[in-house]
Amino acid sequence: MSWSDLENRYGDDRVSSACGLFGFIDTTGERHDGQAAISALTSMKERGNGLGAGYAVYGCYPQLAEAYALHVMCRTEDDRNEMARYLAGAFEIVHQEPLPVHSSAGVVDAPLIWRFFCVPRQADDGDKDADEYVVRAVMTANTRMEGAYVYSSGKNLGMFKGVGHPEEIAEYFRVADYAGYLWTAHNRFPTNTPGWWGGAHPFGLLDWSVVHNGEISSYGTNRRYLETKGYHCTMRTDTEVMAYAADLLMRRHGLTPKQAALVMASPLWNEIEVLPEEEQRTCQTIRQTYGPLLMNGPFTVIIARSGELIGLGDRIRLRPLTAAIAGPMLYVSSEIAAVHLIERQVEAVWTPFGGEPVIGRLGEVPECPRAVPKRVARIIEEPTYG
Amino acid sequence: MVDLRWLTSLDLVRSESSEEEIEVDARRLPYRTLNERLAELVRQGASRLRVLAVSGQRYLGTNLMAPVRVAIDGVPGNDLGAFMDGPQIEVMGDAQDGCGNTMNSGLIAVHGSVGDIAGHSMRGGTILVRDNAGYRVGIHMKEYGERCPAIVIGGTAQHFLGEYMAGGVILVLGRSLETGDIHPSRYIGTGMHGGVIYLRGKFDERFLGKEVGVAPLDDDDWATVRQYVFAYARYFDEDPEPLLRGSYAKLYPRTRRPYGRLYAY
Repeated sequence: MSWSDLENRYGDDRVSSACGLFGFIDTTGERHDGQAAISALTSMKERGNGLGAGYAVYGCYPQLAEAYALHVMCRTEDDRNEMARYLAGAFEIVHQEPLPVHSSAGVVDAPLIWRFFCVPRQADDGDKDADEYVVRAVMTANTRMEGAYVYSSGKNLGMFKGVGHPEEIAEYFRVADYAGYLWTAHNRFPTNTPGWWGGAHPFGLLDWSVVHNGEISSYGTNRRYLETKGYHCTMRTDTEVMAYAADLLMRRHGLTPKQAALVMASPLWNEIEVLPEEEQRTCQTIRQTYGPLLMNGPFTVIIARSGELIGLGDRIRLRPLTAAIAGPMLYVSSEIAAVHLIERQVEAVWTPFGGEPVIGRLGEVPECPRAVPKRVARIIEEPTYG
Repeated sequence: MVDLRWLTSLDLVRSESSEEEIEVDARRLPYRTLNERLAELVRQGASRLRVLAVSGQRYLGTNLMAPVRVAIDGVPGNDLGAFMDGPQIEVMGDAQDGCGNTMNSGLIAVHGSVGDIAGHSMRGGTILVRDNAGYRVGIHMKEYGERCPAIVIGGTAQHFLGEYMAGGVILVLGRSLETGDIHPSRYIGTGMHGGVIYLRGKFDERFLGKEVGVAPLDDDDWATVRQYVFAYARYFDEDPEPLLRGSYAKLYPRTRRPYGRLYAY
């Protein structure tokens, strides 16, 4: 069986565009089961077409929180053995198991999916080097092996994705049974690239996860630049570059999410010209330094890492994103109805300006920016899920 | 040039009526089922509907080709009233993106805010928004003969208001702006080649669309603005007089064919 057998089950080439995004962070760190994310995503069913759905959950492996949780997709048992041999050479494997699945979920042609909880064999040099070691190991595995690859490699982070509708993928991977303080979810309507298991969102590297709606027209430029920094694109879809760009900018180069947003969705030059001098210099420097990582084209993404959620749209907002706050909860969603569906006490709702990131952090009470037009917040008498 | 027929229908919406209001529970209904149920009720003669617990269902009002009144509790989905011809929809909260997309006639009144591209390609009827609006409101709006669509926004709008606008009226009242604030909207009227935008309150002239001119209001403009302000005020129970004070500007297209020479050599 080849990967192409796992692709678009309809064998067609439908082009339309939507994709549904949803995410939340509970800034107190309290963990929530998967039902809220599943209900919210499923309510935006029309945004996808059954060719991909997925969930990322942070804080779901508390017993093995110190090990890197490598999630691996494999075509065959042989491919899995090859991957296991490679990982055993590079890591001490603390625990390994197939992902528990409900085979009755209506999902077809699923690959073998395993998780390996790994500790780098030479991890004495501290966390930073351990992260580098894991990135190199993942890149090596994914470029060398034809029939298996690592699609998630963070600590205390689980990713569950595949070809199917949101509720099918959720049932297949038993997503409702996991609990985490930060969830992101994606409902796919593939347009320019194949709808296959590896191409479903979220995409991840280390504890980064990215879900994306739109297209990154600058993919070629972004990819070539990232290759010079040791990142290799193997998933055949544009979203991948966003995950690697996040890793390069915010982990390796230490940029803040706001600075990273200035790289990926930089203000237009005529807007930079009217900023105060200091900000002008910052924007100019960032554009000159990281020009090849400007993401062109219509997009909205939710980027997450341990303890942090970032919603970002392209600079002229060609894809939707709405943000909402309810006490310690920060929500971002393609459609606000999905938030009202699962949250009774929404206090603030707003449409972020293109290029302005919505940021939620563990331990920080979320705030609505002052300058943005607010929407009505109200209490829905009875939540309709559950 | 202004279509006043809807003013009469507006009175109908807000007045007490002896006609029976039929309630429809939208909970867990897919949008197709819900829209078919509403259409069936209208075929059976219903003239007032209230849809309860709406949660993101799309295209509400699209297939009701009659001047029925529909109240919506909850959050209607994208493309509320898309291609709508006749109904009067009242949303008791916010609407999402694409509200009034290519609407032909009727009324959408929102007791809250709307998302992006409200009134996209609208060609008739009226949208009243009590609060704020997202990006690209009134994009590709157009008018022909007696049909002149109108969008009134009580608060403010985000960028690209009236993008590629070809006809109709957009009025933004700036009620949500605090003293000294300017409208956040940039690139207003980019590609505009017809219609008119009235803005109450200050805006950033450095970021207007290149195709837009700014002028003070003349008597005809004031007559138009007054009508829509009165309609807005009456609908949302506000005092119209303060809304008629303050600085008003008229934004108009400087040419009917801004891109006439774009591909000509």
